[in-house]
Amino acid sequence: MKPIYIHSAVCITAQDSFEDGIMVPLKTSEGKVQAKHPEYRDFIPPAAARRMAPAVKMGVAAASKALQKANVEQPDAIITGSGMGCMLDTEKFLNALIENKEEFLTPTAFIQSTHNTVGGQIALGLHCKAYNNTYVHGSLSFESTLFDAQLALQEGSATTVLAGCVDELGTEFVEYVRLKEQQETIPKQVPYGEGTAFFVLSQEVKEEGVILRGLQTFRTVSEDDITEKMLQFLRENQLETESIDAVFLGTTGDSYDGYYNVVSKSFLPKIVRIPFKEYSGDFYTCMGFAVWWAQYLLQEQCAPGYNCEPDVTPKYQNILIYTQEKGQNHSFILLSKT
Amino acid sequence: MPQKIAITGLGIISALGNTVATNKKALLNSKSGVGKLQKIESIHATTIKVGEVAFTNVEMEALLHLPQNHNYTRTALLGGMAALEAVKQAEINDISEGKTGFISATTVGGMDKTETHLKEFITNPESQKYISSHHAGDSTQKIADLLGITGFTTTVSTACSSAANAIMLGARLIKAGKLDRVIVGGTDALSKFTINGFKSLLLLSETDCKPFDANRNGLNLGEAAAYLVLESEAAAKGKNALAYLSGYGNANDAHHQTASSATGEGAFLAMKKALEIAGIAPSKIDYVNAHGTATPNNDLSESVALQRIFDNKIPGFSSTKPFTGHTLAAAGAVEAVFSVLALQENCMFPNLNFEAKMPETQLKPVVKLYKKELQNVLSNSFGFGGNCSSLVFSKA
Amino acid sequence: MEALKQELKESILEALNLEEFTVADINDTDPLFGDGLGLDSIDALELIVLLDKDYGIKLTDPEESKSIFKSVEVLASYVEANRKK
Repeated sequence: MKPIYIHSAVCITAQDSFEDGIMVPLKTSEGKVQAKHPEYRDFIPPAAARRMAPAVKMGVAAASKALQKANVEQPDAIITGSGMGCMLDTEKFLNALIENKEEFLTPTAFIQSTHNTVGGQIALGLHCKAYNNTYVHGSLSFESTLFDAQLALQEGSATTVLAGCVDELGTEFVEYVRLKEQQETIPKQVPYGEGTAFFVLSQEVKEEGVILRGLQTFRTVSEDDITEKMLQFLRENQLETESIDAVFLGTTGDSYDGYYNVVSKSFLPKIVRIPFKEYSGDFYTCMGFAVWWAQYLLQEQCAPGYNCEPDVTPKYQNILIYTQEKGQNHSFILLSKT
Repeated sequence: MPQKIAITGLGIISALGNTVATNKKALLNSKSGVGKLQKIESIHATTIKVGEVAFTNVEMEALLHLPQNHNYTRTALLGGMAALEAVKQAEINDISEGKTGFISATTVGGMDKTETHLKEFITNPESQKYISSHHAGDSTQKIADLLGITGFTTTVSTACSSAANAIMLGARLIKAGKLDRVIVGGTDALSKFTINGFKSLLLLSETDCKPFDANRNGLNLGEAAAYLVLESEAAAKGKNALAYLSGYGNANDAHHQTASSATGEGAFLAMKKALEIAGIAPSKIDYVNAHGTATPNNDLSESVALQRIFDNKIPGFSSTKPFTGHTLAAAGAVEAVFSVLALQENCMFPNLNFEAKMPETQLKPVVKLYKKELQNVLSNSFGFGGNCSSLVFSKA
Repeated sequence: MEALKQELKESILEALNLEEFTVADINDTDPLFGDGLGLDSIDALELIVLLDKDYGIKLTDPEESKSIFKSVEVLASYVEANRKK
């Protein structure tokens, strides 16, 4: 099967990721962290932006920049993932409904609360009539999106896919989620975050590029079995642990971090381990941020925000990303330099 | 020869009944399930009509043998009922055998509980179990657990075309050899959120909805869940296929966030793609189960799209939404089940409440149950965000 | 009447989140839809609720409302003649 190349990647998070700035760990005392929003008017006409909540603005801007970077005007498929959907407008409409006892409701927040608003708005902005789909499967929403993108390219229904994910903090529901988390014996230590990541994927060869080499998810795996699942995943992609140059781990500080410790032990001590949720904060589709960062390391051979020295031997050839949510929905993503 | 996708099981729960058999009976007797809103307290209860499922949550909890203190929302309960019926009909003894997946569609997810408890989540510990059941993927995961499926599982949400897209993904995964068998469909419970949302868009009719009628004045909402078991030819070997899923297409209208274009471009492209995948000419379609929501905009746009794709030689068509109400994310699966029943029974279901042709297109849907040998049925589902999907079902 | 026009302009800008405009940008006779402020059918629904909430005016037909929302001047006359509060 022909490899899938990442032709461009754009990300918005609490980090300076939209401008490829330096990644800095978030202060863990902060319960939640908002994204660093770029100047949206560079990407979205004001008339369209006036109804958009952060999720929609983030998604549309990142998608637009990703297409620009890849020199693509019209993708053959627009695939989006979101764990919680458009939370802010959901909260807005719900509260208006409750406060006004079902009277004097206006439709804007309801329309904007629909899960496929981001995918629909991207299509509308591009006048793109191609395949359009949205996945909303909790912490595997982005993985579902990538899975469909992979399928679309492999079956030949698309040659260029715009695939991405987005989640926004909102203002209210996240507090209930936090409340529930604080009741856990060992709650998550990372703050809640928000963000987006969009990618242009294609089987068209990109010289000196990065490929999406493998993607696999598991509903449930025990801590005892996770290493074997990971090794099997690497074997299926013709790799061993020694060939992995960096590992991204979804550590949050909760009682399920044992999975990461077990997986981490399989790799050489000297390689870099990046606890990516300490940078983006935790949200259902933060895996998009990890993929963006990993592809950056492979593409540029140095961390975002630093000047890369030319002509050095490549430091990064293969990167593995692993995350899970409360011991369930495990996901492995493998990226390689061509 | 492309891989054929066999449909080996159906399951449905809707305002027409709690099983495939009861839904079929109501369809064949032209008996609508639309009526007064009874299970949700709403100021609109006396002015709107809806398609409510007869079962209460308590009844479904008992039938699904759920433990005390579970946090299944109505969306998950409806989905569980329909998905189990589908799997039972498909006679799957060991669901863990082979590569089995589950793809479910929903728009409201756990909204029925969220809207009830939102303002007491902090103060009432009893209500807090519904915080984690809010997101759309939760109902899918719960239904997958009820079915015992641990393989590929995901949730699709593209407004009113959601289930059609879930069905389409299932078919693609089987064709690509990534799955042997997949349960596909959708589920959406009625909620104040959607009732008031559509109300604020002035899209709710105060009377029984009249799709494709000159005087149509909006839709009736409904709730339902429906699932189909799709199997590869190899996996379905030795079984009686109920029908085949032969075509699918998804396109975007890219015209407006909620309204469809005057030319029905997205709908036209979705139908075109579905026919191409099925490898048949438009003239081979014997019946169209239209999206037909009975909003002024959708029905005109869809009519124009039908005229375009069928070059004005439109086969018998009807919208079955006057039977069930518009069941949002479930609609595509409800109507997929109805399309398979149409093929099995060799009949077209009536477009209830139709009186007068709309002046712009002069099209008349099937108004009485019409018996005819059917080979291929086309089913349309369109949603907000310009999302348009079409499916083609063919006789086994 | 002038006060009502001013009030309507302010409400419209706020309800429709038209951050790019100020009250001074809207002339009394400017078309609200299409070329002028560039409003669309979703905005029409927002304005229908605004009239109900603020002036007790109930419009149910979006088509009919189009003529009422022609300009701030037309809208103000209609509100003046039909307001219940």
